[in-house]
Amino acid sequence: MKRYHPVDAKGITTKFGRKFVHKDLNFHAEEGKITGIVGGSGSGKSVLMNTMLGLIEPQCGEVLFNGLSRKKLKRNDIRELNNSIGVLFQGGALFSSLTILDNILVPLREYTNLSEQLLRGIASMKIQMVGLTSEALDLYPSELSGGMRKRAGLARALALDPKLLFLDEPTAGLDPIAAHAFDELILSLKTSMDLTVVMVTHDLDSLLNTCDKVAVLINKQIAIIDSLHKVAQYDNPWVKEYFNGPRSRFN
Amino acid sequence: MIYDKYKLSVKDKVLLVDVTGSWTIKDIDNDISKFKANLDTYEYESVQYDFLKLNNLDTAGAFILSQALRVNPKDKCDWIICNSDEGYSTLMKLVIASISCSASDKKRRWYDILTNIGKGTDRFFYELVETLAFLGQFFMVLMHFIFRPQKVRWKSVVALIEEIGVNAVPIVMTLCFFVGAVIAYMGVNLLAAFGASIFMVDLVGISVLRELAPIIVAVLVAGRSNSSFTAQIGAMKMRQEIDALKVIGLDAYETLVFPRALACIIALPILTFLGMMSGIFSGMLIAWMTMDISPILFLTRLNEAVGIESFWVGLVKTPFFAIVIAIIGCRQGLAVSGSVESLGSRTTQSVVQSIFAVIALNAIFAILFYQMGV
Repeated sequence: MKRYHPVDAKGITTKFGRKFVHKDLNFHAEEGKITGIVGGSGSGKSVLMNTMLGLIEPQCGEVLFNGLSRKKLKRNDIRELNNSIGVLFQGGALFSSLTILDNILVPLREYTNLSEQLLRGIASMKIQMVGLTSEALDLYPSELSGGMRKRAGLARALALDPKLLFLDEPTAGLDPIAAHAFDELILSLKTSMDLTVVMVTHDLDSLLNTCDKVAVLINKQIAIIDSLHKVAQYDNPWVKEYFNGPRSRFN
Repeated sequence: MIYDKYKLSVKDKVLLVDVTGSWTIKDIDNDISKFKANLDTYEYESVQYDFLKLNNLDTAGAFILSQALRVNPKDKCDWIICNSDEGYSTLMKLVIASISCSASDKKRRWYDILTNIGKGTDRFFYELVETLAFLGQFFMVLMHFIFRPQKVRWKSVVALIEEIGVNAVPIVMTLCFFVGAVIAYMGVNLLAAFGASIFMVDLVGISVLRELAPIIVAVLVAGRSNSSFTAQIGAMKMRQEIDALKVIGLDAYETLVFPRALACIIALPILTFLGMMSGIFSGMLIAWMTMDISPILFLTRLNEAVGIESFWVGLVKTPFFAIVIAIIGCRQGLAVSGSVESLGSRTTQSVVQSIFAVIALNAIFAILFYQMGV
């Protein structure tokens, strides 16, 4: 039996007006691995992520989850699928009118029927899992710092124990210590919860520390998906500049 | 004891938890959620989990299992897992490391209502003082600009006049037309009984010119433009645009508040004038249709009985309404904090406060004009 990838984007073409963002793009993430997506600003990384999440409908091509196309799924299956996917948006995207507790409980309340006390216990566990204290539960997102907001966003993304986790620039705007801690957190969660992670990032340290595979988005396509070491050798001026430039860690 | 999904037994002060089947968030049912309650009957010092028959586990399931550790602030009791694969043990480790005594629930107390009344009163006075302070600041800026009119951002003032004034003309005229007509109909019915139906001209003239047109226009602008001031400035505040303005060296007062206030001061009298005309016109139509009072007779009577005085009394109030509306809208906008909720509540407050202020101010004017004998 053929094993399917948790997420597989095939022949994606996306156009905004007359401008092509992606042209026949192929991307996949391997099960149980962290795949990083790199590319210049404006190269369409976030658009690719939004396409995989179903927020943008591509002109051509399809996104397969475990071999099933999102387009062909029925309503209930789409719900099931969305439950198995967790997303951390760049700014955390926490609902600002809800406390952190209620933010984490939004998916839990929607899809389960548990007692308040149990829900609170689970939320408190999740918040500590991402490295915050349970005092943070009763605060509003505007009362948290950027790093804490990201952690809280991660706790919400993990609320339903997804198998597939999308991260949009998880370490952007964090100081190096906090960024490193966040990388470690992702790694430990990956091993313990058996996650497949797709991560859009600009952070070279983060790529080096966490990613098993790196995908490079240039010229509206994914040029290569391979281990970081092999990608760094790839013969393309942009890739060379990116990995061997003044801020590189490979020298 | 044997339950559907787990088996509990104690041996040498060790609690054996034999877990069966699937323990994920989707499987949590009554049986599982009573797990913790069932534990209370046992005496033990450590826990041994047996995962041999477990076929699925997620964090929620692990959380419930971890309740067996009798979590208290000081410590958790010892635990081991047997017959488990690597994944489940690391998951249990992660979850057990993340649990602690759960924080206490917040409860509403009976004296909450008193606290809220106190807070509300405090807030009322705070808002009043702050609005007055803001008004004072406005006059300071006004003084500043009177001597340097070239510094006023005329471009944005003109654009705002279009938004506040020109775009509101249709709705203002329609509303005043209806109100004038209603007053005229009421007058016709009441006054005809005395055979004094010509006095309906006085009724329509005085009520529309002195009170109704200015108030209706002010309330409309408060609902229409004041809320948009709050929302615009509030959204700018949320995205740190106001901070950016300050850092660049621009004063939010001069760039945002003053043009809006000035545009209101110019637009409101013009709108009120149009509203007055529309109200009088509809009164005239009704008079003509129902009582056969010809437009010429209507206008002659209007000139004799009402005079230009009422017109000025109505119009002179409007710049004051305009200042109050603009100031409250902008102040609430600048008071928005980070959350979406505060934007919503500030917009509501801004409309409520400005309508309140307009009506209160109108009452003060009524007393003032009475004392002055106009």
